[in-house]
Amino acid sequence: MNLRIKSIIPQLLTLLFVVAVIGFFTINAQLNMEERGIDFGYGFLNQESSFDVQFSLIEYDGSHSYAKAYLVGLLNTILVSVLGIIFCTIIGVIVGIARLSPNYLIRNTAAWYVEFFRNVPLLLQIFFWYYAALRALPLPENTEPLFGVTYLTVKGYYIPRLIWENFDILIYSILAAIISIIFIRNYARKLQEEKGQQLPVLLISVGLLLIFPGITFITGMVQLDVSLPVLKQLSKTSFIYAEGISVPPELIALVLALSLYTATFVAECVRAGIQGISKGQKEAAASVGLTPNQILKLVIMPQALRIIIPPTTNQYLNLTKNSSLAAAIAYPDLVLVFAGTALMQTGRAIEIVSITMLTYLTLSLSISILMNWYNKKIAIKEK
Amino acid sequence: MININILKPTSSNFQTYLYIGSALIFIGIFDVFLRSFFNINYLTFLPDSLNLFFPLIIGLVGLQMIRLEYSGNRIVDKINQNINNNSFNAGLTLIIIFLTLLVIPPALDWMILEATISGDTKEACVATEGACWTYIKVWFRRFMYGMYPNDFHWRINTAFIVLIAFAFVGYFMRGKLKNYITFYYAILYPIIAFIIINFLISGGSFGLEWVETNAWGGLSLTFIVSFFGLIFCFPLGMILALGRRSELPIIKYISIGYIEFWRGVPLITVLFMSSVMFPMFLPSDAFVDKLIRVIAAIILFEAAYVAEVIRGGLQALPRGQYDAAKSLGMGYWKMQIFVILPQALKLVIPGIANTFLALVKDTPLIFVVGLSEVVGMLQMAKTNPKWLGYAMEGYIFASILFWAICYAMSKYSQYLELKYKTER
Repeated sequence: MNLRIKSIIPQLLTLLFVVAVIGFFTINAQLNMEERGIDFGYGFLNQESSFDVQFSLIEYDGSHSYAKAYLVGLLNTILVSVLGIIFCTIIGVIVGIARLSPNYLIRNTAAWYVEFFRNVPLLLQIFFWYYAALRALPLPENTEPLFGVTYLTVKGYYIPRLIWENFDILIYSILAAIISIIFIRNYARKLQEEKGQQLPVLLISVGLLLIFPGITFITGMVQLDVSLPVLKQLSKTSFIYAEGISVPPELIALVLALSLYTATFVAECVRAGIQGISKGQKEAAASVGLTPNQILKLVIMPQALRIIIPPTTNQYLNLTKNSSLAAAIAYPDLVLVFAGTALMQTGRAIEIVSITMLTYLTLSLSISILMNWYNKKIAIKEK
Repeated sequence: MININILKPTSSNFQTYLYIGSALIFIGIFDVFLRSFFNINYLTFLPDSLNLFFPLIIGLVGLQMIRLEYSGNRIVDKINQNINNNSFNAGLTLIIIFLTLLVIPPALDWMILEATISGDTKEACVATEGACWTYIKVWFRRFMYGMYPNDFHWRINTAFIVLIAFAFVGYFMRGKLKNYITFYYAILYPIIAFIIINFLISGGSFGLEWVETNAWGGLSLTFIVSFFGLIFCFPLGMILALGRRSELPIIKYISIGYIEFWRGVPLITVLFMSSVMFPMFLPSDAFVDKLIRVIAAIILFEAAYVAEVIRGGLQALPRGQYDAAKSLGMGYWKMQIFVILPQALKLVIPGIANTFLALVKDTPLIFVVGLSEVVGMLQMAKTNPKWLGYAMEGYIFASILFWAICYAMSKYSQYLELKYKTER
């Protein structure tokens, strides 16, 4: 009896405290809203937004609803995050491996890169790229082409636009290739288990992925047109490149800063993962007669990935959350479009901030649930 | 038997190879050196692409010629081990050396040789192509103290000196006083700090003029925000970590909910909330200062991260520690305070240091609510019509500043880690 009371009292007190805090806030919010004559509700999402967004992946202008504006912001956030994740993984893996290089100069260059970029605030880095580094680029009319067809200018990066014909057939052909690869993999595993023979699965997979779409091109079912960026005069002194795709400088600065910053953390994860595998594993694998490639593929990587992936996913999540700093350089992401412009126009602070936070929360929680599931799946099963 | 690979030295002919090899490496490096420092290229007779890659090729050949295990020459052995163990590494080595040589002259020119620091106006910088450190010099006080009135800067300085002095009190607590050291740092010191900052920096009494928080800024604001953030998020995080590990279901789930919520949202939206949404949650006549709101938001946010780090430490302790403490008849709090937490915290020093670093690096985000610390002041200075076009200098200055602070913090954490390391 005594014990039960002892365990119930603190719980009750905590619950009371939480309820009291929430209740206090809710009552105040209600009073405040009554006073200002605002009613709580999400009906405003269907209203006309009447503001423009500079950079949007989907068709959008002022005549669309606030809900559409939210979607525009969300897509822009996802675009930055995906690009940042791709680049930070590439840089991070290279730097992480370089930090373990036997070469003194490489090792230390990588270490200095990590030490410097992780100790400077991300916001400062974004400002640096956007206001200092990218502003030093030439104007469109003076730009030399990069790789022949792309133009890196102060107004953005202009790349050719690809115009596909029958794009869906290409997708189907890739899908067909993937399905056949899965079949071949299963067959190869069976062969390996039954007869001990090995098929060059990787080579076959790459070959299939090239051949299937290739056939669609050769037979003329799918056609690809490229429209190159062309210099166009807007007024006497103002030029842009038309026809191609223009990547705004905000996006470039953001992706650069995010990927260079997050790459330092990814590099540390990679290094920890590789260092976390004892030398004995490698030696044991070699002593049972595996080739160096097989050692890497069958012994080192599965174990290293077990250490690397969870913290790296955490970094990807951080990158996604950090992409909200886009608001500082006016890249129209979720925070700027929705929690910024839309909030200013409607004045619905509680609704909009809660939607924004819930969006990020859903994103984070779903990825961490996925991660926990993955962790459980790959965890070493001990008896 | 004839050695087919003429580039491969053997121990018998190594001397010759060493001379030729070092000469080739020297030629390669010297060529790049001349090109970058004096802009002389004595190889213009070669075709363009060959001209460009000549130093690399000749350097690779040279490094190849001196690569021999146990050559007998200690310096060569060291070079071979560290930067020349195979062709790939040799190539990377050369590329790094060449890049350094190519980068040094323009960087040196820009940062030091052609830079100006004299004068008090922009005119001093117009003539040169180099960096304009005059800009930093003129704006230095703003970067440090924000819009705080110039005459009162001594107040900020005094406040910080007093705060640092109080921070060292713990070192002089000997004997019986030593028992109160945690109490002092956890409870007394924050109160003292708040009083000092309230009366000295904010003013309003004792004949000191009131300076509103909007005027605060620069590095001093960074320090104030991170200082209170660090002091308060640590105990809150500790309680949350204990709560998450608790056996009482309600406390456990409230803690989990709290931690996961704050870890799931970006700080910038939290600050948005504190500035636009939070006033709606208060009685209409209540007013909380912007700075306090921001600091509270940062504390609540970072506490969740600290809690997760401490939880890692708690989980790493073996069960035996809990059982041993319980068998001595210790209650929950006694066990946590005297047995579990001291060991757990020791384990997670690096993690806590990382969280604190993140907090310091997150302070620039307070621009969202209109407060400007160093980075915010830079943005303000950059758009000043009298000083347009010197963004680069400002960013470099601020980067070095933040880098120094964070680097010092991480070095200190490494020192603490070593100091409290115990063998298990």
